[in-house]
Amino acid sequence: MSQKLEAVLSKEPRRGLQYGVTIIILLILLASSAPVLSGAHITSKGFEIGWNILSGIFTPDTSLLFGLGDSGVAYLILQTIAIAFLGTLVGAIIAVPLSFISATNIVPKPVVIVTRVIIMAIRTVPSLVYGLMFIRVTGPGPFAGVMTLAIVSIGMISKLFIETIEDLDSGILESLDAFGSTLFQKIRYGILPQLGSDFISILVYRFDMNLREATILGLVGAGGIGAPMIFALNAYHWHQVGAILIGLFILVFVVEILSDKLRQKILHG
Amino acid sequence: MSWYDKLFEAESFTLENGKQVSQKFTRVPLIIFLLLVGIVVSVWVTGFSVVTLFTNFVGFWKILASMFPPKLPYFMQVWRPLLMTIQMSFFGSFFGALVALPFAILAASNITNNRLINLVVRFILTVVRTIPTLVSALIATYIFGLGTFAGTVAIFLFSFSFVGKQLFEYMETVDMGAFEALTATGANTSRAFVTTILPQVLPTYLSTALFAFEGNVRYAAILGYVGAGGIGMILNEKIGWREFQSVGMILLSIFIAVVIIETVSQQLRKYLS
Repeated sequence: MSQKLEAVLSKEPRRGLQYGVTIIILLILLASSAPVLSGAHITSKGFEIGWNILSGIFTPDTSLLFGLGDSGVAYLILQTIAIAFLGTLVGAIIAVPLSFISATNIVPKPVVIVTRVIIMAIRTVPSLVYGLMFIRVTGPGPFAGVMTLAIVSIGMISKLFIETIEDLDSGILESLDAFGSTLFQKIRYGILPQLGSDFISILVYRFDMNLREATILGLVGAGGIGAPMIFALNAYHWHQVGAILIGLFILVFVVEILSDKLRQKILHG
Repeated sequence: MSWYDKLFEAESFTLENGKQVSQKFTRVPLIIFLLLVGIVVSVWVTGFSVVTLFTNFVGFWKILASMFPPKLPYFMQVWRPLLMTIQMSFFGSFFGALVALPFAILAASNITNNRLINLVVRFILTVVRTIPTLVSALIATYIFGLGTFAGTVAIFLFSFSFVGKQLFEYMETVDMGAFEALTATGANTSRAFVTTILPQVLPTYLSTALFAFEGNVRYAAILGYVGAGGIGMILNEKIGWREFQSVGMILLSIFIAVVIIETVSQQLRKYLS
């Protein structure tokens, strides 16, 4: 019995060399990246600020946290949600045609390569750069945020849409053809049911991500909960920072749970 | 949704064999109504206007056009911050993924059989995850001073929470049979974990860490905006000075770097799965 076990054990491939090489490569990369640590100069003032932020979270500015006016956390949250919602929608409107002309089962290969490079290029530009560009178009404010998120979303939405489109079962379309269905009927009964739930689930997921993204757009003046937070941080108003961070936490947490539930329901009924 | 089905009656059909079947009233009107309400409220709150968009969109193209052709010689000043950005992401992702492992073990209910510890660790992971990376970078610059270290800390926090969450969720789905068999033969928990659970989760763990690294390179590019080092610093500076050809060169360099890193990492991830 034990001989049999040993025989099996000796057949196990030796991974020692492979692991060793991987670890050495990692260590070399790590050592070569060490210069990034040089920037640290921790002072006692830094710790004081860290402590102030922590205490600010536990003693938030309640008039800001529960305020219902234009500068209250509730309104800021509503604005952030609105930016993310519209941004996702506009992004989807642009992404749908773009993904159809990037799917290998619909258009020829050269077209696919061109459109995919375009999508990749759109995706690389950081969101804050788009934010700064759109401010020239729409003026500072949440509108610029909507357009920024729309463009930033295109990359991921179309990437996932393309996968769904390429998974389309063409057999269904052929059988609809055999019935003598019209083009409209083919789209309504052959394509929409196949794509619908996946598309919606992708959009819900992207909405969740856009919400996080929307919280930082305030940095460049594109609206949302980010701007007042940056102002409060720069002015060392820790209680206000605390109130906004609590609002942010609740917002992201609740939306994440809801979007998970919704996607489960959409995908699995 | 039961109130909706009560409000609108289900349509019923009688089949040939006399059986009654019913089809619920379509949900489409309700979904469209909710969507419209959402759109109207959002348009009102954000001041979205299609007219402004079409009349002023020229401005967007103008900026985009002024980036071409990118100022190629400027690359001599770009490569160093770009390398810095990649190093920041690598360092942050590596340690984030490393620290995430013990936390994931503590958060997984099938390995750490203590409801309180599970919940506390999960709560920590969630809290860290909700803070936007840019905000944690800004706070880090207050604490650690301006520079790449603050950015590395922000990336570390993000990778830690992201990998931690993915890993503990995956760990809860692994096959526990081998683990139980080993503990039954007298192996202690850590030994049993290393020989049975770890090999099962290792590919997913590594590919999640690589995925986080890919995303971080792109994300690290904007951390400079709050003074947390890397290529974002010069990007911000050049946009401020309206030297759009240099901006174009910076964006081109980021694009090429991201393409290379994503290709390599995707190959590695394919190999892992």
